[in-house]
Amino acid sequence: MSLAARIPAGWRRLRAWHWPGVLSRTIAAVLGGYALAALVATAFAAWLPASRAEAVLTGMMLSFLIYAGAVIWVFAARSAGRAWAGLLPPVLVLAALLWLTGGLA
Amino acid sequence: MRQGFRQCMSWLHIWSGLLVGWILFAVFLTGTASYFRNEISAWMRPELQAAAPGAEPVRLAIETLQRTAPNSPSWIISPPDERGGELRVFWREPGARRFATAVLDPATGEPVRTRESLGGNFFYRFHFELHMAPLWGRWIVGFCAMMMLVAIISGIVTHRRIFADFFTFRPGKGAGRSWLDAHNALGVLALPYHLMITYTGLITLMVMYMPWGIQAAYQGDRQAFVNDVFGTAALVKRANQPAPLTPIAPLLDEATRRWGGPPGRIDVQQPGDASAVIRMTRRDAESISANPQTLTFDGLRGTLLSASGEAAAAAATRGVAYGLHLGRFASPLLRGLFFLSGLAGTAMVATGLVLWAAKHRHRHARNGRAGFGLRLVEALNLATIAGLPTAMFGFLWANRLLPLHLADRAEWEVRCFFLIWALAGLQAVLWPGLRSWAAQFGAAALLGLLLPVLNLLTTDRHLGASLPAGDWAMAGTDLVAAGLGLLLGYLAWRLVHRAPARQALRGARLARAEGA
Repeated sequence: MSLAARIPAGWRRLRAWHWPGVLSRTIAAVLGGYALAALVATAFAAWLPASRAEAVLTGMMLSFLIYAGAVIWVFAARSAGRAWAGLLPPVLVLAALLWLTGGLA
Repeated sequence: MRQGFRQCMSWLHIWSGLLVGWILFAVFLTGTASYFRNEISAWMRPELQAAAPGAEPVRLAIETLQRTAPNSPSWIISPPDERGGELRVFWREPGARRFATAVLDPATGEPVRTRESLGGNFFYRFHFELHMAPLWGRWIVGFCAMMMLVAIISGIVTHRRIFADFFTFRPGKGAGRSWLDAHNALGVLALPYHLMITYTGLITLMVMYMPWGIQAAYQGDRQAFVNDVFGTAALVKRANQPAPLTPIAPLLDEATRRWGGPPGRIDVQQPGDASAVIRMTRRDAESISANPQTLTFDGLRGTLLSASGEAAAAAATRGVAYGLHLGRFASPLLRGLFFLSGLAGTAMVATGLVLWAAKHRHRHARNGRAGFGLRLVEALNLATIAGLPTAMFGFLWANRLLPLHLADRAEWEVRCFFLIWALAGLQAVLWPGLRSWAAQFGAAALLGLLLPVLNLLTTDRHLGASLPAGDWAMAGTDLVAAGLGLLLGYLAWRLVHRAPARQALRGARLARAEGA
């Protein structure tokens, strides 16, 4: 099947998604994705065994790829609920570990 | 299930691209123009003659600063370069926070009076600030860049037949088929460039977008982080003992010997004092990495105090990413290729936007009147894709046509830019349709094609003079503008004369007649 024929199919799928699901995914992607990216950046800064500046820079540069990956995941999941279910655990675990080790100072 | 995944990615690609497409188009186009920021700046200040690099302009600049700003705690001298860069100095009055700046005549060291203009800096800053308050502009552009990254990744996933589609072009097939092929070809053609430029763009401002690591490792002390990464040293303390500055020429020779070329910037701290320090920074034209390499000299004896420049892994990576984004290292040929890739990216965004409108127009042609969403997208498409190039050429025209001693002249050039853009937007709202597209592309084409003529009529550095003199900043800007004018003229001509356009026009007229 050509690409041109697939695009309307994607469009129909959106119609079938209903707007609350799309809104929920959008929030998960934009805010949840940023939270995950920021936590990963912080984790690298706090835990990477390198000089402070190197650890911070590594986390910063990787964070945008994490963000993009999170957005892709959120919109690829079969439902909005699954999207959140995949996103929240790493966010919570990272936040908890960082908080316990004092990395969120 | 794989089919479903690709459909999701297709949906994500369409929406992440469409929602920020107009801003991305503007960011891409002004960013592409910024590859020639120095040349555009030189073109917009025709009173400044192109200067040869060397030690003499720097010596003259120091003499001038010793006379006019002896008490400044620091001077910065930016010497002329081959790309039309001017001899510019910065100094700071004691106690003042901001630097004052002046352009000096490289032959005499005296300040030169040029017409007030932002030059190529206008496009450069618009590229990441959209002429808004820096904080707002940078966050909006950052958000759009992130959407772009998502759109590229989801676009690749959607686009299974990457190699086959690269060789597929079905012109004149209508209903968005040719637009889709063009969008795919442009996207795939320069895909590494698109990925590189989007990701490195985020990296240039990442300290603002993602400061959380600094919060954790430096307790939010951003300055300490910057000092660690760039090896910047704090301003030396003034000893309050007057002492003469060492001659600059031997220091410039030393820097040239080490780097194979003259420095790109000279900082003098506490000039005229016993504590004086002179720091030279390597030109960013000489290495891909944007991490500064510096030599620090004692300001009295001229001895080398320290040399920096060996960056650790992550810092070096960041430096290369930053350097790749700005492309200042690029030779003329590579700069040209960057420019073409930037144009391909701009066209990719444009064809994506037009493709969306064409598909929906096709669907609406069957079930009646176009909805508000479609009309909005079509108006924004016209105002952005055809309106912005017109306004950008109009900015260059305003530089030549506004009275030389107009108050706030630089600001008026910017106003002309926005006025032309607003008129294009007004036309897009009032008279949507192919005729307006042709009219705006035609206007942009004329402005571009006639730019060398305008330059001939208003300055004595026209192509007849600049080409024999090898004045490439001037001649290049004229020639590239004319070349882009030709391209835009071809687009306008296609819109008027080609069959699909006429068919669509007829279709629109029919639909209107049926509606009446």
